[in-house]
Amino acid sequence: MEENTIINPWANEKNYSILNLGPTHPATHGIFQNVLTMDGEKIIDAEPTIGYIHRAFEKIAERRPYYQITPLTDRLNYCSAPINNLGWFMTVEKLLGITTPKKVDYMRIIVMELARITDHLICNSVIGVDSGALTGFTYIFQEREAVYEIYEEISGARLTTNMGRIGGFERDFSKTAIEKIKAFLIRFPKKLQEFENLLLRNRIFMDRTIGVGGINAERALNFGFTGPNLRAAGVDYDVRATSPYCSYEDFEFDIPIGTQGDVYDRFCVRNEEMRQSLRLIQYALDNLPEGNFHANVPEFYLPAKEKVYNNMEALIWHFKIVMGEIDMPKAEVYQAVEGANGELGFYLISDGGRTPYRLHFRRPSFIYYQAYPEIIRNGMLSDAILTMSSMNVIAGELDA
Amino acid sequence: MMISLLVAMYSTYFERKFAAWFQDRLGPNRAGPFGLMQPLADGLKLLFKEEFMPNTANRFLFIMGPMLAMFVALLTSAVIPWGSFIVIEGKEYSLQVADVNIGILYIVAVTSVGVYGIMLGGWASNNKYSLLGAIRAASQMISYELAMGLAILAIVMMSGSLSLSDMVAQQKGINWNIWYQPVGFLIFIICALAECNRAPFDLPECETELVGGFHTEYSSMKLGFFLFSEYINMFISSAIISALYFGGFHFPFEDSLGLSQNWLAIVGALVFFIKISFFGFVFMWIRWTLPRFRYDQLMRLGWTWLIPLAIFNILITAVVLMLHN
Repeated sequence: MEENTIINPWANEKNYSILNLGPTHPATHGIFQNVLTMDGEKIIDAEPTIGYIHRAFEKIAERRPYYQITPLTDRLNYCSAPINNLGWFMTVEKLLGITTPKKVDYMRIIVMELARITDHLICNSVIGVDSGALTGFTYIFQEREAVYEIYEEISGARLTTNMGRIGGFERDFSKTAIEKIKAFLIRFPKKLQEFENLLLRNRIFMDRTIGVGGINAERALNFGFTGPNLRAAGVDYDVRATSPYCSYEDFEFDIPIGTQGDVYDRFCVRNEEMRQSLRLIQYALDNLPEGNFHANVPEFYLPAKEKVYNNMEALIWHFKIVMGEIDMPKAEVYQAVEGANGELGFYLISDGGRTPYRLHFRRPSFIYYQAYPEIIRNGMLSDAILTMSSMNVIAGELDA
Repeated sequence: MMISLLVAMYSTYFERKFAAWFQDRLGPNRAGPFGLMQPLADGLKLLFKEEFMPNTANRFLFIMGPMLAMFVALLTSAVIPWGSFIVIEGKEYSLQVADVNIGILYIVAVTSVGVYGIMLGGWASNNKYSLLGAIRAASQMISYELAMGLAILAIVMMSGSLSLSDMVAQQKGINWNIWYQPVGFLIFIICALAECNRAPFDLPECETELVGGFHTEYSSMKLGFFLFSEYINMFISSAIISALYFGGFHFPFEDSLGLSQNWLAIVGALVFFIKISFFGFVFMWIRWTLPRFRYDQLMRLGWTWLIPLAIFNILITAVVLMLHN
């Protein structure tokens, strides 16, 4: 009799539905897949899949001369490409033991803070879009455009900038570039305020974001969070302050922190960081030292064209530099910069050849995304979308 | 009906123009002067698009959904009093298609059928995003219909009639209901937004979460019908708001102008149209300014704020009416 009883294994369990969020979905801003187990609108469990745009950058880097790795770093967090470029140069400079002139450092800080502003702009305006308020996005995108015009003036490119050289910049800031930066510094704070007014005290926006997608400081540290997401949780860790690079020690700036680590705190922290970045740019611009725009490293800096055409030594160097035939010292270095998204680290092992023996990118998005299922569990579908955009997980950086 | 269709067509144009205006953009400006032919071009494009139907969809219901939505949206315009009456050769022609004596009840009844269009369409697509959208739409529209009905009830108590033309007639001059029912008006406009699935209540489509919500799987003119019915609903809602709270085709000092009845009717109809356009504009304004609610917050707003408030409003109205008499 016992054997004939039909046992229904799900008799006491609820019936959940599976929802494939992604790989292509309007809210994922890139290619992510999340397999959500849903109870109606509530998320019971989430299983992220990564690797949809994995391009094996770390492996490619092992076959490329150092200066050719720069374009790869562009494509990590493409919202703030200059930080990645300059961070990579700093790593190589550390390997070579080059000290850059103050002027280069200050120029770099201007560019990196501009990049931070664009990245935060995109992140925050996209939080608005994902919560349904499209207008703030269009207001703020005009300002991003202004920054891209500055990039264009400095390096000739806009999104994937490939900016600078090992030891400095390829050319000095032009007059137009300086003017554009100054104009931006004057215009931007008003626009930022306008954008903030649209959302910051909006009741619906606050209801949507406060207490949503939160993570406490301890969990965040355990996961290895850095950058705005960790600061929103209340930890005042900032690479620029804790281990200054690129003359950040000359500057004075505040590190905004949140308390809850939720979407709203991240939004506020990013907004405040943009203001601090403006402060840094202003200071760097006002105190821009005189001097050369690159360090004195003839083996990494292309000689002048007249010399290349008329002088054999210069021609040889030109050839060696372009072909990447410069041997590097044997060493192991780690250089971290405060990327727009968090601590962006380059762990480089050189065995003395023309290419790195091994290069690892410490990509903050990769770390954030590991915490994503835990954060969105027991939330609603709408919360998951907002959490994703507020953590600023960028597919290019996640998959590298 | 033709008017509603035409208006709906051009409200898509104006929506885009206003959105562009709010967002520092230009908006449609290529098709015809100022882009005025854009709605026609859009309609034509929708007609020529491939008609796609998922294999697993329920064919009958899948087609039924948009048809029902469109049909119901068009039905409501019949009882709206567009103007008073025109006298031609001694005969009075009313500017209302059907002066039903239960006009407002008819509108509430018909719009509540509208939810079936969305629900069936979303459910029949056999897509999880559509289903979520359909569920959201159904629960949202049912919840907000209650508060809307209660807000209307207060007006009905004041006018003592269910006929829209009677209600409008009582608001002659500037004796508009908005002065007596400000709370009711607020409740009504919020519910109207929710009924039309407009932001901040656009959860059923909710592009960033549900891809396209209930119309994820729709293409071609079937999608067009859904979008169209939304704009018609918006137009009708604006018309009802103007008729219930802002005196319909009445305008201040209409008697002292010394116009003949025919001119009065025409000017009145124009004024009514201006009022409707204003509310249409407000709808768009709200859409392009506010973020969206979350599902549970939406329900909380509907059930724990609007409905008690509406009931309270009815009580106050009743007490005032009793004391007044």
